Amino acid sequence: MTVLVDKNSKIIIQGFTGKMGSFHADEMIKYGSNVVGGVTPGKGGSKHLNLPVFNTVKDAVNETGADASILFVPPAFAADSAMEAADAGIKICVAIVDGIPSHDMIRIKRYMRRYTKSSKMTLVGPNCAGIISPGKSMLGIMPGHIYKEGRIGIISRSGTLGYEAAQQLKNLNIGVSTSVGIGGDPINGSSFRDIIEKFETDDETDAILMIGEIGGPQEVAAGEFAKENMKKPVIAYIAGLTAPKGRVMGHAGAIVSAYGESAIEKVEILKECGITISKNPSVMGETVKSVLEKI
Amino acid sequence: MDIHEYQAKKILSNFGVTIPRGGIVYSPENAENKAREIGGSKWVVKAQIHSGARGKAGGIIVCNTPLEVAQATDKLLGKKLVTNQTGPEGKIVNRIYIEEATDIEKELYLGLVFDRSSESIMVVASTEGGMSVEEISKEKPETIIRSKIEVAVGMQNFQARELAFGLGIEPDLIRRASDTIIGCYKAFSELDATMVEVNPLVISKQKQILALDCKMSFDNNAMFRRSQVSELRDKTQEDSKEIFASDRGLNYVSLDGNIGNIINGAGLAMASMDMIKLAGGAPANFLDVGGGATPEKIVKAFKLVTMDEKVKVILVNIFAGINRCDWVAEGIVDALKKIEIKVPLVIRLAGTNVEKGNQILKESKINYIEANTLEDAANKAVAALNK
Repeated sequence: MTVLVDKNSKIIIQGFTGKMGSFHADEMIKYGSNVVGGVTPGKGGSKHLNLPVFNTVKDAVNETGADASILFVPPAFAADSAMEAADAGIKICVAIVDGIPSHDMIRIKRYMRRYTKSSKMTLVGPNCAGIISPGKSMLGIMPGHIYKEGRIGIISRSGTLGYEAAQQLKNLNIGVSTSVGIGGDPINGSSFRDIIEKFETDDETDAILMIGEIGGPQEVAAGEFAKENMKKPVIAYIAGLTAPKGRVMGHAGAIVSAYGESAIEKVEILKECGITISKNPSVMGETVKSVLEKI
Repeated sequence: MDIHEYQAKKILSNFGVTIPRGGIVYSPENAENKAREIGGSKWVVKAQIHSGARGKAGGIIVCNTPLEVAQATDKLLGKKLVTNQTGPEGKIVNRIYIEEATDIEKELYLGLVFDRSSESIMVVASTEGGMSVEEISKEKPETIIRSKIEVAVGMQNFQARELAFGLGIEPDLIRRASDTIIGCYKAFSELDATMVEVNPLVISKQKQILALDCKMSFDNNAMFRRSQVSELRDKTQEDSKEIFASDRGLNYVSLDGNIGNIINGAGLAMASMDMIKLAGGAPANFLDVGGGATPEKIVKAFKLVTMDEKVKVILVNIFAGINRCDWVAEGIVDALKKIEIKVPLVIRLAGTNVEKGNQILKESKINYIEANTLEDAANKAVAALNK
């Protein structure tokens, strides 16, 4: 979706010269993403992967006109890097890193309140696979080739379950407009509702597949938003039917601690909001197909 | 990460919360001396395990003489306590906390958690202390008062005062009560806690405000900067397989079923467990080897799953992206050279280079059942179980 990334997005890599940053920068470039450089404090002025390295995000933005960034910095420094990106005027920032303390995420979100809605950076993640608009740009770590170009929007907490969905769609000859991984942490940059709202206004998207899981209020909030405000159909799958209460299931945010946070409860609430439920993870693609046939 | 009651009390007392006099002991002899040292004429012997509802499980004993304290300690030490939160296997008691008994006038509830909707810290209080917060919200929801804290500036005195007045605390004690609430807030925000619960917070007959029982949990992701907190970890309170996993960078949760899982990614792992249930089986564990599914992690995962005697079938489900299926398949073949598997093995590979991956598995000498989709994998795992 062009509101997040497109062919013209100028991407910088924060944590460019590290192992992860280098590997995925290279993958993104091969996919066709417009990577214009990177930031590693102290290595400014040098070249890496034939691209310029800068000391600060501000320098990178001034020199290259970058408007998108992706973070590969260790969790202890991630909050600082995200705020640096917001301050330098980056429009969209994806935090791949897993392990950012929740108190730091709250600090980032409070920090971003200083910006007006039009000048505020969109933060996606952390602990996510990133964003891909097939055939246009990839700002993430997903295997680009499993996504067919098309008109379905995907929003997923999980990386691999999002891949599973893209593959199922591709096998049915259905393509994806944009896929957004919002990550598995309890407090994240963009919620299901934030992204679903962007898909509703996106000319390139006909329907949205939302892949949620146990824990937290976000799936329900997105369902209620969809019921009130959306014309495009929404299909959802919620993982974690068998997850025991009170245990963290891999993702820091995947824990049932209150009413409405279990998979069964979320499914019930989403149904009431008029959302079509994929009854198991093996039929996400087929469920989307059956909804498309009704449009 | 969870800590014991006595550890949480010590932390809170450093933040200005008053706690009854007490001390930790490891033997009955120790306990008797500790009771004399504390003084008074009535003591409470409290088993230290990572669980609430200890009282109902017999883990809290009121004693009238130091000798009784020693006897109660003897009874509890080394015992496994089963509460409604520990699961049927219970948790072992290795530490006993001896505390002076408190003359209770009023029991209150005070809890602090992250509120994921407002993305702030929420303080929850109720006049119905002693009950669990779930019970309170079910039976006496009208007694619950909440205060959302702006983390950038921290909790203000007026917010604590409002809560204290809301709890019906008498005017002379308001100052003390609000200091107690702010102390808990500071402990939460300064130590990367994810939960602080004082239940009950009591007003004693002597007009003291005391934290009688408390619980604290911390953000595992923040332990790199909280070395003093991370030292409080008590591995005897954790599942041994879960410790093995967390020490090796695997996300693992032990469950009751008999189909062992090795999966990459938490979402896909939960989804595979769901498919197993729909196919009529039950997962023995949740295991996420990480999105990358490196061969090293796969070896460790096989070791972990084969440690579990409940496991009668192993299901491997890997969606390979950047890490191609051929690479993952080599990792699996390699792992199986190092570890002997005595139960049926179902493998489903998907994603990049899946044909090549499946070919490597077929050409190797390993004995396994190939599956193609999530559903196919779950069905074959359950079928293998029933053979």
